[in-house]
Amino acid sequence: MRNWFKSGEPWVWMTAGAVALSLVMVYAVVWLTAAQGLVHWWPTPVVETTFTDRDGTKTRLIGEVRNREEVSLIRLRESGYTIESTDKFTNRYLFKQGNRDISGVDFKWYPEPMLGEFTYPKDVISVERREWGNFYGHLKAVKQEGNVVAEGPQAWDELQKRLERSNDLFKQIVSIEKNDIGKINYKLERLRLSERKLEIQDKLTADAKADFEKKREELNVEFGGIQERLQALREQIERDSFVATTMDGQEVEVSFAKMADAILPNDMSVFEKTSHYIHKLIEFVLDDPREANTEGGIFPAIFGTVMMVLLMSAMVTPLGIMAAIYMREYAKQGPLIQMIRISVNNLAGVPSIVYGVFGLGFFVYFLGGNIDALFFPESHPAPVFGSPGILWASLTLALLTLPVVIVATEEGLSRVPRTIREGSLALGGTKAETLWRTVLPIASPAMMTGLILAIARAAGEVAPLMLVGVVKLAPSLPLDGNFPFLHMERKFMHLGFHIYDVGFQSPNVEAARPLVYATALLLVIIIVVLNLFAIRLRNRMREKMRGLEGV
Amino acid sequence: MEKIEADITKAGGYTGRRMAKDKLFKHVMTFGGLSVIIAISLIFVYLASVVVPLFLPATMDKLESFPAVGVQQETTVHLTAEEQAEIGVRFANQGSVAFFDMRNGKAMGEERVALPEGATVTSFAAGDLSQRSVAYGLSDGRMIILQQDFKVTFKEDAKDSEKDVRTITPSIDYPVGKEPLVIDAAGHALKLLTMQHHAENTAAVALTDDNRLVLTAFESSENMMTGEVSSERTSVELPPVEGEISQLILEVKQRDLYVVHGGRYISHYDVMNQSSPQLLQTVAVVPEGQKITAVNILSGGFSLIVGSNTGEIAQWFQVRDDNNVNHLTHIRSFKSMDGAVTTIAPEHYRKGFVAGDDKGNIGLYYATSNKLLLTRSTGTDPVRVAGIAPRANAVLIEGPGNTFQSARIENDFPEISFSSLWQKVWYESYQEPEYNWQSSAATSDFEPKFSVAPLTFGTLKAAFYAMMVAVPLAVLGAIFAAYFMSPKMRGVVKPSIEIMEALPTVILGFLAGLWLAPFVDNNLAGTLVAIFLLPFSFVITAYLWHLLPDHLTQRVGPGWEAALLIPVIILVIWTSIAIGHPIEAALFNGDMPNWISNELGWDYEQRNSLVVGIAMGFAVIPTIFSIAEDAVFSVPKHLTTGSLALGATPWQTLFNVVILTASPGIFSAIMVGMGRAVGETMIVLMATGNTAVMDLSIFTGFRTLSANIGVEMPEAAVGTTHYRLLFFSALVLFAFTFAVNTVAELIRQRLREKYSSL
Repeated sequence: MRNWFKSGEPWVWMTAGAVALSLVMVYAVVWLTAAQGLVHWWPTPVVETTFTDRDGTKTRLIGEVRNREEVSLIRLRESGYTIESTDKFTNRYLFKQGNRDISGVDFKWYPEPMLGEFTYPKDVISVERREWGNFYGHLKAVKQEGNVVAEGPQAWDELQKRLERSNDLFKQIVSIEKNDIGKINYKLERLRLSERKLEIQDKLTADAKADFEKKREELNVEFGGIQERLQALREQIERDSFVATTMDGQEVEVSFAKMADAILPNDMSVFEKTSHYIHKLIEFVLDDPREANTEGGIFPAIFGTVMMVLLMSAMVTPLGIMAAIYMREYAKQGPLIQMIRISVNNLAGVPSIVYGVFGLGFFVYFLGGNIDALFFPESHPAPVFGSPGILWASLTLALLTLPVVIVATEEGLSRVPRTIREGSLALGGTKAETLWRTVLPIASPAMMTGLILAIARAAGEVAPLMLVGVVKLAPSLPLDGNFPFLHMERKFMHLGFHIYDVGFQSPNVEAARPLVYATALLLVIIIVVLNLFAIRLRNRMREKMRGLEGV
Repeated sequence: MEKIEADITKAGGYTGRRMAKDKLFKHVMTFGGLSVIIAISLIFVYLASVVVPLFLPATMDKLESFPAVGVQQETTVHLTAEEQAEIGVRFANQGSVAFFDMRNGKAMGEERVALPEGATVTSFAAGDLSQRSVAYGLSDGRMIILQQDFKVTFKEDAKDSEKDVRTITPSIDYPVGKEPLVIDAAGHALKLLTMQHHAENTAAVALTDDNRLVLTAFESSENMMTGEVSSERTSVELPPVEGEISQLILEVKQRDLYVVHGGRYISHYDVMNQSSPQLLQTVAVVPEGQKITAVNILSGGFSLIVGSNTGEIAQWFQVRDDNNVNHLTHIRSFKSMDGAVTTIAPEHYRKGFVAGDDKGNIGLYYATSNKLLLTRSTGTDPVRVAGIAPRANAVLIEGPGNTFQSARIENDFPEISFSSLWQKVWYESYQEPEYNWQSSAATSDFEPKFSVAPLTFGTLKAAFYAMMVAVPLAVLGAIFAAYFMSPKMRGVVKPSIEIMEALPTVILGFLAGLWLAPFVDNNLAGTLVAIFLLPFSFVITAYLWHLLPDHLTQRVGPGWEAALLIPVIILVIWTSIAIGHPIEAALFNGDMPNWISNELGWDYEQRNSLVVGIAMGFAVIPTIFSIAEDAVFSVPKHLTTGSLALGATPWQTLFNVVILTASPGIFSAIMVGMGRAVGETMIVLMATGNTAVMDLSIFTGFRTLSANIGVEMPEAAVGTTHYRLLFFSALVLFAFTFAVNTVAELIRQRLREKYSSL
């Protein structure tokens, strides 16, 4: 044993343990996010049971069990439960009991000893609503304009039929609200601004004023028409409602206008569950968020992230490559360029929040403020570019990722064998031609690698974005059908910030949790895929270069 | 190469256009490259340019002198100015009020207080400066309140229609009417007076000519139905003090009264209950042999500034002791003036003041930062009265020979001094000096607290716990990966570590805050047991493996130890968590966090340093790992083979040859990791409580510089002290990480040279 210790073998295993632990940590994080993020939409059975409260009253409970953990009895006793037990620990269940409009809380922990037997009645419905979260209960009847049209077992089929209709109507309403009304509001705002502009320039003649008035009148008429259509639709969607009993026996009537989806969670085949899952997944990716971001989809966040990353790439690629070519090919290699190279390298290690501070001070307040003063006096005092927005966010991130691109490109350039350059020069090519036709194409995978890494970094970066343009809920996307289509001054939503905001700033963290995990999973997937792609690209390039060196 | 190119050019074959293109390409690249480099260095320059004004000293223009304005026979009792510091106001002792241009002394109107018949002015009192109200005490025991009023009108400029010309018209009005208020019902003349007037509450304390102290308060209320205003008067005599009373000071909220008497004493009365005031204590505020020559109260109504005949200036305020009793306490002494202090004039909204002495000097002070910002000599005669403009951008003094002097001041960041940033500061209404960061809006009652010490401490604490986790794991792991690991496993491990590096910190922070923190909270004993057991489990596994017959172990081959340990780790963690609760039941009453806070009396937070350490350690591991692995891996092979050939075991070789050679590289890896830990924002923001406390405990949280920026930057108003201090934090982070990374890079370069020479 002593010899074995002396041989150093245990220390070798210790180092191995460090690697193993790191690996366990990485995969635990990925697995945790995936496991928590993927299960959310799979319909979980709804439990019905009884609960004995602190004062001995028994109530019926209906809800989904969302979590279970072992908890010390001390804590339970401290919170007022009388539990006869010699154990120190017991379990408690987190129930998602929905019906937030009725009971006030939709998530609640219940200690196991106070719960009765769990049953799973087949007729329990779980309704996803557009406000107040989920509804759980036993379906009683479906009504049209207050008159019962179906009761008992038929009610469910009737409900599904009518749900399709109301969802159709809802889609029309949303489309009108978002597109048509949005367009008119945008036009009205443009009109106001151009009028104000003329006023500032002292060119607002009576004619021009009348003209503006006329245009405004036209828009208002159009707006009135849309309002009427909208009103008609709203009345139609309010036509149907259903009646159900909640867990405390109350009969509640819910309008179809507020219902997004309904299922019988305890009476679904695997096939039905799968199709429900896929349906929800698509909704998650393509829909707008609801209920302070705790429900619905994350489409604006995905869109904002992609858009910001694209803008950033468009800025960082030419700049980074140019800087790398200058430093590697044109600058005089000496201590000065060496120093610059080290500095550029080190910028990658500067905390991202510092870039955010710089972006806010320099881009937003200084550049943006001056742009506003010069080009948009008509919107004063409302800032246009003088407040955080997608342009400044992508510019800040471009600065942040510049070192990544420069370093990767430089590496690529330095790996291009001398023989190839000399060959080109010997055949009479100029330096520019050599670079453009031979060196750069060979180094292009390196540039690509740099760009992908930059994108991966930008997609996951949140701290600087909090300062320069990200918001929790953007009223409109930075790209839409209104001229000039690309609105660089608008604020945007971002996946990473969405995680922070919903997970930590939302009033109902418990309700939002599954959604945050799902968002996190999406972000992890994007970043892992991008990185794996970059790693492969880089490895292939290195092998290719090794092959070329022998030429 | 260049020479060859030039020769080729001469040899021909190049057309002009291609040459031009080549030149153009070169210039474009050079221009682009240089601009990028310049843009990057702009970051530093810009941050510095925002920060620098914080540390520039206050400046004052040349004092402009002009003859005193107003009735020459009267003496000045109070000087003040209007918001824009364009118009100065002089209140004189017989009730004349003169307005004049602050810059050149041109008179702008004079008014006289409307006195009732037969009465003369006997005393004067200035209310809180931000209310712009003053009062004159009369010979018949009554008091009249005035308010300065400045009407601002804009008129189009005759020459340039784009521009508006601002005209300010000064006047006085009577906020409670021209009818004087009765202070002393007995009708004795008011020798000394102090007054506060705020909306419907007015209170005054006066010393009558028969040496009684009278407190009189008025509360006016408006009848909701009729709109009629009725006023309720309470008047009471205060317990007397010894010695001659020289000054009365009523605090702005009308709760405390300070009476300066007997040359060196201040008595403190509680007048919150206006019908039964109490004398709380009498304190000698200057040592024996000295005399109080000037006292004033700072804006907000907490601090008294006391000046003595020897030029000493000190700040006093009430400090609450453990029994909830207030004591007027000496807080700090300022740098003395040359002569006896003659006048002290507080700023309207901040904690600054200007003091004058009898040798003609004035000094501009700031209380919180204990700073004498600047001094100026106005001549050799005593400074009689001084005043500061509301925005603290100008001073006005009455100097020698009935002249006024005024000057503009540039003094935007007086709160910042070395002591206010880095040392304990005794803030108003605090029990003792403290490190404190509280940046909320700077109103006059609230002293902004800008101690960056707790934030710096938090940053270092975060980095420390992160490094505790990351350094052993990353460095040991790097050694194994570079030296022992089989190439096939490397092919899996290296990309995994790169993925680890790429994982967004927002996800780590989110998991740490919403999953790990509650988990650790519920399984504290289990978590600690796991951390303790893991290293032992490695050694035990190693020994068991060693005992296994060779034909079994050889099937796996060397370099796969890490893979073998993965199930062991999972098992150990699972077991630890499983036995955690029984341990807590047996030893800690079933709830360890509860036990820690109750039995040990330590603070315990769910989102604590342990959680952040693990999460941030996770974020830092790949950074250290990659660099350290590179350093170990590139140790020249002939060194290790030589050592092995001489009979050393792999471990001996590693320990005595490889690590020794690679140690600078490992060190530089740790430095880079440290840089990353210091600047990390999202994890800290999400996984700690973000309270700026200063203790090293693993069970409490902290607030770091970076998280502080993230939280407060969006709300900081541009150009304020707060805004610039956040830039200062950013600059510190920038400079620190940049310096650390540069040093690390230089170390690595030297190492590379060494390797290539070996």
